[in-house]
Amino acid sequence: MSSFMETLQSRSDLIQEAFIQHIYLSFIALAIGIAIALPLGILVARYRKVAEPVIGITAIFQTIPSLALFGFLVPLIGIGTKTALIALIIYALLPILRNTYTGISNIDESMIEAGRGMGMTRSQLLWQIEFPLALPFIMAGIRTATVLTVGIATLATFVGAGGLGDVIYRGLQSYNNSLVLAGALPVALLAIIFDFLLKWIEKRATPKGMRMRG
Amino acid sequence: MEVNIVEERGPSELIRFENIRKVFPDGTEALRDVSLTIPKEQLVVIIGPSGCGKTTLLKMINRLEIPTTGEVFVGDKAISTIDPVELRKTIGYVIQRIGLFPHMTIEKNAALVPNLKGWTKDKTTARIHELMIMVGLQPDQFLPKYPLELSGGQQQRIGVVRALAANPDIILMDEPFSALDPISREQLQDEIKYLQEKIKKTIVFVTHDIDEALKIADMIVVMKDGRIEQVGTPTELIENPFNDFVKNFIGIERINRKKSIGKRELQDFASYFDREWDSHYLEVEASMFVEEAISLLENESTKGLLVKRSNEVLGFVNQSILLRAMLAKEEVV
Repeated sequence: MSSFMETLQSRSDLIQEAFIQHIYLSFIALAIGIAIALPLGILVARYRKVAEPVIGITAIFQTIPSLALFGFLVPLIGIGTKTALIALIIYALLPILRNTYTGISNIDESMIEAGRGMGMTRSQLLWQIEFPLALPFIMAGIRTATVLTVGIATLATFVGAGGLGDVIYRGLQSYNNSLVLAGALPVALLAIIFDFLLKWIEKRATPKGMRMRG
Repeated sequence: MEVNIVEERGPSELIRFENIRKVFPDGTEALRDVSLTIPKEQLVVIIGPSGCGKTTLLKMINRLEIPTTGEVFVGDKAISTIDPVELRKTIGYVIQRIGLFPHMTIEKNAALVPNLKGWTKDKTTARIHELMIMVGLQPDQFLPKYPLELSGGQQQRIGVVRALAANPDIILMDEPFSALDPISREQLQDEIKYLQEKIKKTIVFVTHDIDEALKIADMIVVMKDGRIEQVGTPTELIENPFNDFVKNFIGIERINRKKSIGKRELQDFASYFDREWDSHYLEVEASMFVEEAISLLENESTKGLLVKRSNEVLGFVNQSILLRAMLAKEEVV
């Protein structure tokens, strides 16, 4: 234990830098993932015929083991932050896309009919009815994607993109268990904290009138 | 832009369907050459078995359905020339499954169309309060609540308030009470009838429940297989059903289902009996149950009954007299 504290102290520069890199990678990937998957989810909910193929494709990406996906990308794009981000975005897509789609297409048909019948435009329907009603689902998708991304970002080290994976990898190479732990603990902590935080936001995102549904 | 229907409508007719046909993409023909005029300020009930095209016809008025051929006019305006979004803001709409938005308070739900139309807050609030009182719900108590906190009957009252909020000339109601329990349903039927007399709107009401139709309608449109079978007042339909379908649909035998009336005696309805009769009708006792009389009258050879108490003849009844008596009695009760 004391050796662990020593490691934390002596390697604090490395750990700190890796920590920031890790958060940076995860968040950029998530932001871009949301920016792609959210509109796409809304779009496929509107044109249901394309929903299955689009979700199917993202699901296929999801099944590729993460290390293998990084491996595929290196010969194509080379190494570096860009490669890591692309891989992370690909993993973030599916949960957000699927939940957005499910959230919107599960809305009771009578809501949509009532809205249309009262003279709401397409975009009024989307922003005043569909989006708020689907928001709890969408937030759940973002939560899953966040936890996933924070975990997988550990592998960014293999394409030279840094992150806490660096610390773990160095520890493994030098048989320094304390260093491995100094990388692994913050990753786990990050994932848990974000999960917790987003769960809270998810609850808040559930419209008050719907929390009463038993 | 606000579509003004009031100025352009004719003196007594408000909605006109001209040779409407509707074929759905899967090939089903929902409406076959339907022409119909709906007078203003009347409660018009469209009725028929499921799949007869009644809801499709209703939804053509606010352009939720588009005719394959033919045209719908509101006032003098062909509605295909009106922007659907603007058109719908001028037409109230109450749907079967209520369709209140669970994430909005009652107030937000009710104020939806006024807000879409850009009414001022004061005007909207005043209007909503007025309507809430009209449907018997305390504004201060109910407006801050959410739909799921209300009972089905209360929710559909809000549905009615929402439809009336922006003061439309036309209100469309698509089986609005069919999902409610019998007690709420009867109450709301009474209320809508009362409300219509008070506010003088044109209400187009779709139902499959003939009792409901006879109870609330000024005018009934009977439909079957995408065609209109008969149009008339409740009394006209009872007295002169145009064909067997209408006759069976309106049918006297359905009264048997109303146990409260079937178990009553004929003499309870004596004031409705006809005083003129021929002597060769079947004679029955005044203490006979209504349901027995009905089954006698369903027999083709029996055209009417002479109702007697001891040896005195109280009067003559046939199907339509009995039906009318039932209806009148129902309103009294």
